[in-house]
Amino acid sequence: MSDDFTPENPAPDGEYDAWLDAVDAGDGYHLVCDEGHGWLPPRRVCPRCGGDLREEPLPDSGAVATFTVVHVPTPSFAAEAPYATVVADFGGVRLTGVARQFEDLAVGDSVAPAVGEREDGERLLLLERA
Amino acid sequence: MDRTPPRVAGVGLTHFGVHPERTGRDLFAEAAERAFADAAVPREDVDALYYGNFMGELTEHQGHQAPLMAEAAGLTCPATRYENACASSGVAVREAVRAVRNGEADVLLVGGAERMNNVGTAGSTEGLAVAADDLFEVRAGVTFPGAYALMARAYFDEFGGSREDLAHVAVKNHDNALDNEFAQYRQAIDVETALEAPPIAEPLGLYDSCPITDGASAFLLVSEAYVAEHDLDAPVAIAGTGQGGDHLALQDRTDLAFAPATEAAADEAFADAGVERAAAAFAEVHDCFTIAEVLALEGLGFYDRGAAVGAARAGETTADGDLPVNLSGGLKAKGHPVGATGAAQVVEATRLLRGDHPNSDAVDGDVGVTHNAGGTVASAVVHVLEVRS
Ligand SMILES: [Zn+2]
Repeated sequence: MSDDFTPENPAPDGEYDAWLDAVDAGDGYHLVCDEGHGWLPPRRVCPRCGGDLREEPLPDSGAVATFTVVHVPTPSFAAEAPYATVVADFGGVRLTGVARQFEDLAVGDSVAPAVGEREDGERLLLLERA
Repeated sequence: MDRTPPRVAGVGLTHFGVHPERTGRDLFAEAAERAFADAAVPREDVDALYYGNFMGELTEHQGHQAPLMAEAAGLTCPATRYENACASSGVAVREAVRAVRNGEADVLLVGGAERMNNVGTAGSTEGLAVAADDLFEVRAGVTFPGAYALMARAYFDEFGGSREDLAHVAVKNHDNALDNEFAQYRQAIDVETALEAPPIAEPLGLYDSCPITDGASAFLLVSEAYVAEHDLDAPVAIAGTGQGGDHLALQDRTDLAFAPATEAAADEAFADAGVERAAAAFAEVHDCFTIAEVLALEGLGFYDRGAAVGAARAGETTADGDLPVNLSGGLKAKGHPVGATGAAQVVEATRLLRGDHPNSDAVDGDVGVTHNAGGTVASAVVHVLEVRS
C-alpha cells in the first residue's frame, strides 16, 4: 500500500483501529479507572471521575443489556439488514455491536466479541451469541 | 445574571412537511417573514440572529448557514449557527435568552431550519445517524430509530410497558395535530394501525417514529425594557432556561432507560423561573419516537421513573388530561425538521399561552414547558414559558 490516503486506502482511526485489531486477535481490552468506570479508547481521563485510566483485558463474553432489530439501515448497512444492534455488559464496560443471528435473542443472553466485515469491506464489531 | 425574563414578540413557522424542492434559505425566509408580520418590531432593531441547523452540510452542501439565513430574513447583523443535533435550535433559544438577560441585546431573531426530504430516506437516515458516536455506534449499525429502540427495550425490561402503551402516545399526538395547519400529519390513527405498521427498529414501528420533515421556525425575542419602550403586546416570557449533558454514546450511560440530561435541564429551568412543576399547564416535549415522550416526562419530573409509559393510555396527557403533552402534535405528528424543532416548540407554546393556537382551549394555566433533546439525549434543553402582565 502506498502512504497516500485515498478512499480505498483511508487513514486508520488511531486507537479505534488498534482496538479492533486487538479484539480480532483475541486480545481485547478496555480502559478502567480506580473507581471501576470502564471505557473504550481513545481516552486520557475517566469522563465520570477524572481519574487516570489503565488497560484491562476484555472478558471473553458479555450479557445482552438491550438490542434492536434494524429494518431501515443507513446506506452503509443496506446489505446487512435486517440485523440486530446489541449493547452488552462486559463487567466494567459496555460494547455495541452487530448480531447477524438474532432469532430468539433476549436480554441477558451471553455474547462474544469478534471482528467481521461489511459487504463494502469496512470492519465492524460483531456480538454474536457465545 | 439579570433575572428579568425576555419576551416572545412575534412567532412564525413554515408548514412542516415534504418540501424537497424548497431550499433551506427559502424555508427560513418564510418563517422569519411570519415572525416579523406577527410582531410590531422593525427589522433594523434586530441585534443578531441565533440560528439552529443540524445536517445542512450533508443535505444541502451548505455550511456557514447563519449569515445566509440572516440575509434570507432581510437582516444584516451578526449571525451564528448552533449545532447540537436535534437540540440545535433549543440551544440557540437558550443562548438568546441569556444574551438578552445579560443586557447584551434587546432584540434577537431566533429560529432554525432543516431540509431533509431532498436526500430521501437513505440520505436522511445517514444524516440523522451522525448524531451518534461514529466509531462505537454508527459503525455498529446504530441508526437514530435504532438508538431509541435500544432504550425502549431497556425500558420495557426494567419497568414493563408495551408497544400498545407507546401506540397510545402516537394516537394522542396525531389527534392533537388535526387542527394544526402547520403539521405534517393531520390524520387520526388508531392503536391497531400503529401496532400493525412495519417495523423500523424493533420494538419500534413506523408509527412510533417522527416523519422526515422539511421546515423552519422563527421568533423575535425582546427585552422587557424594549417591550415597555415600544408598548408591545408580548405577554409571553421565557422565564427559565436549563441545559443538561450526558455521554454521547448510549453504551457509556449509567442507565439505558432514563435521561439524566433532561432531569438536569429541567431542575435548572424550573429553579431559574422560580416555578414549581405543578404549575405547568402543558408541555411540548421531544417525542422523536414514542418512547422519547415517556423518557421526557420522567426526566422532566412530571412522572416517577417507570410511571409515564401508561400516561397517554390513561388519558393523563391527552388534550383533556391533567397535563396535556404535545398539543401541537409533537415531533411525531407535527413533524421534526431537526434544526427547527427547538424553536418551533417555543413558537407553539407561545401561541398556546396567548390563546391563538387551535388547541389553546386545552390550556388551563399560565405556564408551559418546552423540552428539546439532541441525539439519544446527550443534550437536553428545557424552557419554562409564563404569561406576564
Ligand atoms: Zn472513573
